[in-house]
Amino acid sequence: MTTTATVSSSAQTEATDVKSRVDPRGPRPKPFFTPRKIIIYSILFFACLYFLFPLYVMIVTSFKTMPEIRWGNIFAPPIEWTGEAWTKAWTSACTGLTCQGLSPGFWNSVKITVPSTIVSIFIAAINGYALINWRFKGSEIFFSILIFGSFIPYQVMLYPLVMLTREMGIFGSLWAVILIHTIFGMPILTLLFRNYFAALPVELFKAARVDGAGFWRIFFEIMLPMSLPIFVVALILQITGIWNDFLFGVVFAGTQNYPMTVQLNNIVNSAQGSPEYNVNMAATILTGLVPLIVYFVSGRLFVRGIAAGAVKG
Amino acid sequence: MADYAVQARKSAGGGLTRFLYNTFIRNLSAKIAATPMMATVLVVFVGCTLWTVWYSFTNSRLLPTGEFVGFDQYRRLFATSRWNTSVNNLVIYGSFSLVFTLVFGFILAVLMDQKIRFESAFRTIMLYPFALSFIVTGLVWQWIMNPTLGLQGTMRNMGWANFTFDWLNNPRMVLYALLIAGLWQGVGFVMVLMLAGLRSVDDEIWKAARVDGIPTWRTYVSIVLPMMRGVFVTAVVLVGSGIVRLYDLVVAMTDGGPGISSEVPAKYVYNYMFGAGNIAQGLAASTMMLITVLIIIVPWAYLEFGGKGRRS
Amino acid sequence: MKRFAVVAAMATAFLGSTAIHAAELEVTHWWTSAGEAAAVAEFARVFEEETGHTWVDSALGGSGTGANPVIISRIIGGDPMGATQMNTGRDAEELIQAGLMRDLTDIAEEMNISEFYVDQSLLEPCTYEGRIYCFPINIHSWDWLWLSTAAYETIGQPVPTTWDEYVASWPALQEAGILPFGLATGWPFAGIPGVLLAGIGGSDLIIAINRDKDVEAVRSPEFREVAEALDGIRQVVSPETMVPAFADVGNQLLEGEAAGNIHGDWLQGDLQIAGGVPGEDYECLPALGLNDQLTGGGDAFYFPVLPEGTDPAVIEAQTELARILISPEAQLAFNLKKGSMPIRTDIDLSQANACMQKALVLLENGLLPSGDFALSSDTQQQLQDLNIEFLGDDSITVDAYIERYASIIESAD
Repeated sequence: MTTTATVSSSAQTEATDVKSRVDPRGPRPKPFFTPRKIIIYSILFFACLYFLFPLYVMIVTSFKTMPEIRWGNIFAPPIEWTGEAWTKAWTSACTGLTCQGLSPGFWNSVKITVPSTIVSIFIAAINGYALINWRFKGSEIFFSILIFGSFIPYQVMLYPLVMLTREMGIFGSLWAVILIHTIFGMPILTLLFRNYFAALPVELFKAARVDGAGFWRIFFEIMLPMSLPIFVVALILQITGIWNDFLFGVVFAGTQNYPMTVQLNNIVNSAQGSPEYNVNMAATILTGLVPLIVYFVSGRLFVRGIAAGAVKG
Repeated sequence: MADYAVQARKSAGGGLTRFLYNTFIRNLSAKIAATPMMATVLVVFVGCTLWTVWYSFTNSRLLPTGEFVGFDQYRRLFATSRWNTSVNNLVIYGSFSLVFTLVFGFILAVLMDQKIRFESAFRTIMLYPFALSFIVTGLVWQWIMNPTLGLQGTMRNMGWANFTFDWLNNPRMVLYALLIAGLWQGVGFVMVLMLAGLRSVDDEIWKAARVDGIPTWRTYVSIVLPMMRGVFVTAVVLVGSGIVRLYDLVVAMTDGGPGISSEVPAKYVYNYMFGAGNIAQGLAASTMMLITVLIIIVPWAYLEFGGKGRRS
Repeated sequence: MKRFAVVAAMATAFLGSTAIHAAELEVTHWWTSAGEAAAVAEFARVFEEETGHTWVDSALGGSGTGANPVIISRIIGGDPMGATQMNTGRDAEELIQAGLMRDLTDIAEEMNISEFYVDQSLLEPCTYEGRIYCFPINIHSWDWLWLSTAAYETIGQPVPTTWDEYVASWPALQEAGILPFGLATGWPFAGIPGVLLAGIGGSDLIIAINRDKDVEAVRSPEFREVAEALDGIRQVVSPETMVPAFADVGNQLLEGEAAGNIHGDWLQGDLQIAGGVPGEDYECLPALGLNDQLTGGGDAFYFPVLPEGTDPAVIEAQTELARILISPEAQLAFNLKKGSMPIRTDIDLSQANACMQKALVLLENGLLPSGDFALSSDTQQQLQDLNIEFLGDDSITVDAYIERYASIIESAD
């Protein structure tokens, strides 16, 4: 059973022992041009074509004019590069009667993502800290249900949550989406912080207790300063996750606060008249840009985030 | 955990105030701090789930006010062609998606593990789709598979007049169109999981295998693969519970069409709950989704955590 | 109901108030095509001119989820808009029963609406326990066969005058590479069976099925003819030739790429915007040229009960909008653009085009209950699922279709 890497224990290893896992374990390297190498590289190369093809098509299409698109060659680079589709996608593409492009959706997504990320991470950090250092009766049971709950399909809890937010008087507002993201981000983030805090030397905590420091003081003065790496991982996880959300945005945000993903789908799938594929693709890239930037900037940390956050389905 | 509490109490030197502080106030602040978590667990994960199951046995329409009608909603659900199609679709999409993500993910991970150059570039390329929204993924592939101006049109214009790739319009193929998009987004993720799994295999095992003269591929198949059972199980659970939720991708890419040939359960739930004003029907459908997930999760949870006592 | 009574009392109290300051009223609707947008702009114009309030337009396009759910969940969710369009029908009946919609009876009495409503049956879905909760603002009918003059010129045949002639022309059209039947993806197909039901099946059949929910009527030979006609349409449409939106079919007709289409009268708004002239660029056959009655539903406006503490000026704006929507001026301006029939009998429709004039004649024979009008949204959704499945899957036989239709009607409430 020791080989059975559980989610929690593999995540724990992640937090403590990154360096040793970076080294490849395969057989010894051989000269570059062996048949074996050629096969390996060509398979990887073709796989990469599959992964890169849509990105290429998106970019190329977004810089073409519509007449050029109608010639019907999605491979061809634009003969005449034009940024018009981008301008239109950002400022004037229509959803229904409103033709303001994606920019309102972008700002809505910012307004949703920033507070949701901060609140959810803060609460989860406290949860993890309380679960490790301040266990109380039943805390482990709560934690187990929390983890288990992360597997329940959202659809199961959707309607009661509509009622709940209605009773709270926040349905259809930014508050509702922020609350929902905090709730559904909690299992994975709590797990993340709990495992991280568990790996910190307990002596630090003990020493602080001896000095008479309380719950909050230890949290803010000792735990937080030491947990910067895990905060970054959580940040990456939440920014991409919340930015990419569609369902909660549709249901809880209210029409005025539709996030970018929802507006994107409206622009592309409910357009009247002949569709403008260049605008659609520009809009699509714009929507994917924030998570992509997070991804490329964070690099290895993103990988850590998903490996550690593997429990998120 | 108890030892530092004892220590703290000792250092405090006894006294009634200290005693009260230790038993109530200390626990209190932790409990207060954990209130959001307790509320989430009790109200959302337990409360809302039970509420949904309970009201799926009523005849509530637009508002949850209906009376108890037993299994009527479930009877109707299973007599509804759209629901049955949705379930079938999910089974087909799900099994292909599961098998292919695991197989491709593993193969790519093995290839990546061969001390290749540019490993980080390869990984960056394979993983970036995972950072994107399903809506973005769905719309890109919808455009690529556009029959007149997409891949099919391009190939025909280039001279292959019979080239056919009209999966979005073909009720029999549309699920595989979704699959291509789904794999594009998910394979990189599984590859990273698998790669982490491969690298956690002890170096000694590789050395021993080399000493014994076992070929590399056999080492992978008969030694490393069985050792990675845990990673596989984790991947199955993660990919599996993601599949059950499949919604955004379908909404963006096909909206359930052509006809109802790419409908999925999550969409049925949403439609009847919010569109057709029959929430009890939607709740019954979502309860079935819950049961499906339980079927995946419970055996896993039992294998992972059962019989070994609680782990930290 | 208590909260509701308070708000109603407040509303009454402020009706006579002179201290009106301008308010913003959010109006939700799903009028997003060009013709519809032009029509709703007329409402907004009259409202703003007459009252000085501001019409805050929330057009709900798609979102892959439809507008109705958004409207309903906002009202249920306690985030109501100032006013909203919905279908005249049963979509909102539970919202009314739950006290979420504002009682408009006082306004109705003050305006004496029973004097001018063209068909009193329109008010039925708005009425609950003797009180009125919505104002139908137009009459829409799905029952139109639109035909392309250009397409028939191409094949050198006269434009058909009945459904049967139209069907007979299909082979010639196909030979000429013209789509016999243009169709948009998604919901537009769902309206077609009802039109066939009224046109081919006749008035008695549609009343038996939609109003009386008579299962035997579904199993009758008359209904079989309807199902076979639907099967016929299925044979000549394919996913490759379907266009994204109904307005695109309008363009196909004007260009002569498609010969015909069954769609509601709102298509005419788009045909007009695209420069089409009835009788020259397109022909319209009400009730498929077979029946002398139309099924009708239409759009109605509801005014959700606003939360306590709402600015009284907003409630006042609701009241004024309710009055204006059914006023002669707004009715005329709106319906001419929308291509629908006004709910008032007392306005001069000589400006209306040839198609609308035909409809007005049929309107005098009374309206038949359309599915939108008489069936619950749950039943409508089930029928829509069935129809869309039938269209997409040739393996569903006419017999199977009839049986499944019957079982849905059997369980309809």
